[in-house]
Amino acid sequence: MISSVRKIAYCASRECKFRMHIDVRSLLEKALDELGYRERIGLVETKCLISCFQGPSIMFLPSGKVFQVLSEENFTETFKDFVAALQHPTLPRLSEHHAEKEIPGIEHLDFFAKQKLIVLRNRGHIDAESIEEYIAHDGYLALYKALTAMTPEAVIGEVKLSGLRGRGGAGFPTGTKWEETRKYGAFPKYVICNGDEGDPGAFMDRSIMESDPHAVLEGMIVCGYAIGAHQGYLYVRAEYPLAIRMLRTAIDRAREKGFLGRNILGTGFDFDIDIYPGAGAYVCGESTALIFSLEGKRGMPRTKPPRSTESGLWGKPTCLNNVETFANIPQIILDGGDWFRSIGTADSTGTKVFSVAGDVKNVGLMEVPMGTDLRTIIFEIGGGIRGNARFKAVQLGGPSGGCLTEHHLHLPVTFDSLQDAGSMMGSGGIVVLDETNCMVDLARYFIQFSVDESCGKCVPCRVGLKVMLGTLEKIIEGKGEPADLALLERQANHIAATSHCGLGQAAPTPVLSTLRYFHDEYVAHIREKRCPALVCTALIRFEIDAEACTRCGLCSKVCPVNAITWQEGQVAVLHREQCIRCKSCIRACQYKAIH
Amino acid sequence: MTIKELEKIKETYIDERKREVEEGVITVDVHMGTCGIAAGARGVFAALQGEIERLGVSNVKLRVTGCAGLCSMEPMITVHLPGQTPVKYGKLDDSRTREVFYSHILGGHPKAEYAIGQGLERPQKRVGIE
Repeated sequence: MISSVRKIAYCASRECKFRMHIDVRSLLEKALDELGYRERIGLVETKCLISCFQGPSIMFLPSGKVFQVLSEENFTETFKDFVAALQHPTLPRLSEHHAEKEIPGIEHLDFFAKQKLIVLRNRGHIDAESIEEYIAHDGYLALYKALTAMTPEAVIGEVKLSGLRGRGGAGFPTGTKWEETRKYGAFPKYVICNGDEGDPGAFMDRSIMESDPHAVLEGMIVCGYAIGAHQGYLYVRAEYPLAIRMLRTAIDRAREKGFLGRNILGTGFDFDIDIYPGAGAYVCGESTALIFSLEGKRGMPRTKPPRSTESGLWGKPTCLNNVETFANIPQIILDGGDWFRSIGTADSTGTKVFSVAGDVKNVGLMEVPMGTDLRTIIFEIGGGIRGNARFKAVQLGGPSGGCLTEHHLHLPVTFDSLQDAGSMMGSGGIVVLDETNCMVDLARYFIQFSVDESCGKCVPCRVGLKVMLGTLEKIIEGKGEPADLALLERQANHIAATSHCGLGQAAPTPVLSTLRYFHDEYVAHIREKRCPALVCTALIRFEIDAEACTRCGLCSKVCPVNAITWQEGQVAVLHREQCIRCKSCIRACQYKAIH
Repeated sequence: MTIKELEKIKETYIDERKREVEEGVITVDVHMGTCGIAAGARGVFAALQGEIERLGVSNVKLRVTGCAGLCSMEPMITVHLPGQTPVKYGKLDDSRTREVFYSHILGGHPKAEYAIGQGLERPQKRVGIE
């Protein structure tokens, strides 16, 4: 019906080869003039309305119905037909023979179909700032159930039954931790949520806090009820401003609705949560250091025992869990511990969220049942290696974890399954590396990270890592000696054995695991003064291999300082005295003729 | 808050969605986690908002939601046309967003070139409170 039409949009793309030089605007103006609608109906110029393959289109707004203008002749008559067809409910919009490729259902896409969503169930689905949407997706129902139908002991029992283990990496049984915290008689008690996610390549917790903040809050409130605490703190690193904003909004909304504050849901239970932004120290992800940081002191780990469950924040019993752990709680309360333990393996129940990054096609967050093997995670859900490169290694567990090779891809990922192979699941960061990565350089990167983040409290970590970094740098610069390999190993074992906290104890793992699986690469660096992956600049000769060179001249074109000369049909010539070793030519050469 | 009030909020929300579907409201979710924003989701949001205002369309509702999980395809949107399977789009920029806007959101033709897949991730089936 023409009365409902407010505007008409039309194709006016200059580049469109299907437009056939039809001036749609003047045709439309003429037709509207003749029919007397000119004043009322506006015209909107658009670049391209639809992928038509036929000719320019016009679209009636707001209905969005599209017609094609195939000819200039008798356009006003055609336009009347269009208007008449507007009333037609089942209007054929485009001819079928130009049907485009099918859009696959996401149940056929490995990335989506092979995941099992518990923690990420609301991802991309709800507006994190709307508490109503969370409630509409069964939000706060678990809290209601726990507070009205369960005793604190029953809540703890359910969590113990579920077999849930701390998702921050250490894998301590959550139910046991809650039980211990409840057991101690000192008051007040505290609940702390560890949102200080700092592993390079890890972003699970950030995504949970940003897209489903109420799930974390709900888990914390249930924990508070179970252990008998009335105050919770969310320790979130300041580098996550959006997560902090979402959590703040969520806390405000939850207070308005009475899920936080005094007399929650009319049950007489009081609980409140405050946010504490961390200042970006990696070590503050360690529980005792985090608690010092919360107290306003310098973030440094302390000797255990006593555990935080006995003497944590302000010396009071404190239950500290990871973001992902808390986000699991509402589902466990709603669906029961038995349901949760039916997922995953016997020792590691439920699902785990992994953030898969690096040289993999589908970089992203993957939630899979515990015990899923690495090959499924990297090659099926992750889609395999990007480009034409080959898989080389996978690094798990951030700077505390180790590298694994393709011989380990069959291994299931659980809390304990990767330890024999020299790695760990950790908090869930997975970095996939292709053949263009140098493992010595990778080890140096992680040691550099640990050197920067060492709190300085104990000598092995503060000094030892720095010495180890020096040895690695020596090798990378081409000054390595055969004895350095044994030295590196000895240094690594010393640091692992004598460091005070988990950070220092695990920091040499990247070195130990690369020494174990990529020994050849260290040997090539030291004995042959060669970096097989062509990463360590000091060890690249910048020579052109005349046999491999296809005489294409691409290297000469990309060289920013004109250090490569080339003539048609000739092998390119590299002039070392001008070369700035930027590696542009190596990246450009598809035939690997420069090394 | 009692269980009745909790259920009331849920019902009100579901009724509201139903009403919108009946009225033909098209919902577009722009996935704006930190990763999406870094990849240009704000630009996508602005492009959609710009077109909606320019054309004076009143039945398209923009929503901001979190990360959809597939970082390598960011910025992403999900288009919900009433009565049709939602379609996820990825790697959008200004001009691609506009194409999707005209072709799918207004025109009803999913733009297959930029689509990742159709459908929603099925969350766990849950039992309610006993």
